[in-house]
Amino acid sequence: MRTPLTVKLFAGLGPRGWLAVAAVAFIAWVLVPMAHLMLPESHPLHVSTYAITLIGKILCYAVVAVAMDLIWGFGGILSLGHGLFFALGGYSFGMYLMRQIGREGSYQSDLPDFMVFLDWKELPWYWTGSDHFLWALFLAIAVPGVVAWIFGYFAFRSRIKGVYFSIITQAMTYAAMLFFFRNETGFGGNNGFTDFKRILGYSITAPETRLVLFGLSVALLLAVIILGKVLIASKFGKVLTAIRDSENRVMFIGYNPVHYKLFIWTLSAMLCGLAGALYVPQVGIINPSEMSVANSIEIAIWVAVGGRGTLVGPVLGAGIVNLSKTWFTTSFPEYWLFFLGLLFILVTLYLPQGVVGLWAKIKARRAEKAAIAASRADPAPRAVASESKIPNGTAAKGA
Amino acid sequence: MRVESSISRNAPADGQQEHWDGAANTGHVLKPGELDLSHGVMLYLDDITVSFDGFRALNKLSLQIDTGELRCIIGPNGAGKTTMMDVITGKTRPDSGKAFFGQTIDLTRLTEPQIAHAGIGRKFQKPTIFENHSVFENLELALKTDKRVKKSLFARLFGDDLDKIADTLRQIRLNDQADRPAGLLSHGQKQWLEIGMLLVQDPKLLLLDEPVAGMTDDETERTAELFVSLKGKHSLMVVEHDMAFVEALGGKVTVLCEGSVLAEGDLATVQADPRVIEVYLGR
Repeated sequence: MRTPLTVKLFAGLGPRGWLAVAAVAFIAWVLVPMAHLMLPESHPLHVSTYAITLIGKILCYAVVAVAMDLIWGFGGILSLGHGLFFALGGYSFGMYLMRQIGREGSYQSDLPDFMVFLDWKELPWYWTGSDHFLWALFLAIAVPGVVAWIFGYFAFRSRIKGVYFSIITQAMTYAAMLFFFRNETGFGGNNGFTDFKRILGYSITAPETRLVLFGLSVALLLAVIILGKVLIASKFGKVLTAIRDSENRVMFIGYNPVHYKLFIWTLSAMLCGLAGALYVPQVGIINPSEMSVANSIEIAIWVAVGGRGTLVGPVLGAGIVNLSKTWFTTSFPEYWLFFLGLLFILVTLYLPQGVVGLWAKIKARRAEKAAIAASRADPAPRAVASESKIPNGTAAKGA
Repeated sequence: MRVESSISRNAPADGQQEHWDGAANTGHVLKPGELDLSHGVMLYLDDITVSFDGFRALNKLSLQIDTGELRCIIGPNGAGKTTMMDVITGKTRPDSGKAFFGQTIDLTRLTEPQIAHAGIGRKFQKPTIFENHSVFENLELALKTDKRVKKSLFARLFGDDLDKIADTLRQIRLNDQADRPAGLLSHGQKQWLEIGMLLVQDPKLLLLDEPVAGMTDDETERTAELFVSLKGKHSLMVVEHDMAFVEALGGKVTVLCEGSVLAEGDLATVQADPRVIEVYLGR
């Protein structure tokens, strides 16, 4: 007999969690669209197109951060190549967006502009079916999944761990970036995909389309957090954290860590792919720089800043880092990387549990202070407190 | 041990039928992977050699442990005790030699999790438990069950499992600590928790590497009682330096030295052996 999944879902999040989910959903699907469409631009509560696109983009990053946290925070596997899975999802869905341009490109051809430019006469075989929305969406999940599975199978089977694994993931994403830079690869080379016009026939710049994409990003993030919560609470989650803490013990009690790592690794990559597919139509461009090593390292920084091993932490981290990036790159563009490096050093040195850890620390200190204050106000607990301070145990018993 | 029916239900070809009959006359047919203890041997190591960069950690080691036996292994540092356990549990592959579990299971061909499922449980020298999980969860994870990913995603604990965990908690005297994180236990309690994790796996053979290191005298005594009570139901191989503990366990003692067996017998005989005295006191 199994617990019905719905029961598990409700138990996994708790009433306060569900209230938070409902509140976020209400804001994203009701308040934000109203503030964007119904309020005039001069109104102080008007939400601009710029803000919606920016937050939508950060929400996609937050999904990647949660996916990263599943393998790093809970599984103890640090990937420095997660940008690849995000970009693969983006490229898969980008193929569909390119086909939706139709004959409205500069060359008025059925082929995407960059293919005309290369003097190609027909679509390469792997573009087959890319004009179908559902097929592109499937590819956005399946391609990162398959790449991750193959890579993970060999890496985990060979028991590659720790920093060695991280370095190999870097090499993987770097190699992929060089591959996508080539024009012959058939993905637009250097420039990647851009100048999208439509999605499912709707104009991609229309405010309604943007709101739908924004709403979908919120929905995806909520779904990924709930999925993570259920996964971590299950026995699978317990085995996963056990592998992180003591892989040998896990093996000698009869679990095969390879299968567990492979499952969470592949799942994480697929979630990144989905995030990439939602990111590209909102940002309007995908190119090989998304696969750069620096991008993947930045993902790890989001998670470290927010707090590893929690599900809310990575979301906060992605938000904090990307909002400050937006502010820095417009106000002091040359100092952004210095700030990012400084942030990472400070978090590593002083906040090993990230922002969430800081919050927990403040809460614990407050509770301590409250307890001391309460013991001062109330004489009875003070007697207990003073007893425990007596170093000699027998004296305490006598009192 | 289960004796399979000699008659195949799937009506095999004539030639095969003869084969089945033959098997019925001489003994029994086993499912692959099933433990065969028909000759009373639990573990059989023959001529095992393991070298690390030219250093022979095990040198033509041969050892046999009977069903239900409690065997103590002693020997000076570097005698190869831990390497032997690594070979038995699949962590290290021998350069040559045979390692069989029962009559049929070749340990040199199986992975660590497969060996654990076959019925060998191992306690490490340093207590190795999941410090961030509660005592209860540690036992829950170790419980004998289907340990594949698909099952773990939807796993639930049933009454039997809860009873088994409750029994084991009582056995290792941690029933009032079930919800504490295992990392907060004392050293001796961690040792016991790890022993408990072996017990819930219901193994046929337990390998225990220095199980009473860091325990108080009282705890050591109780551990000896526990092991003696397990004898008969399980086979045990205990590596230990504490001679008083070895004496309390009784049973046969094997002395390892420089990767092979130096002497074997009860503790008094072994301690009187001049070669053993030489190794421990001489040079």
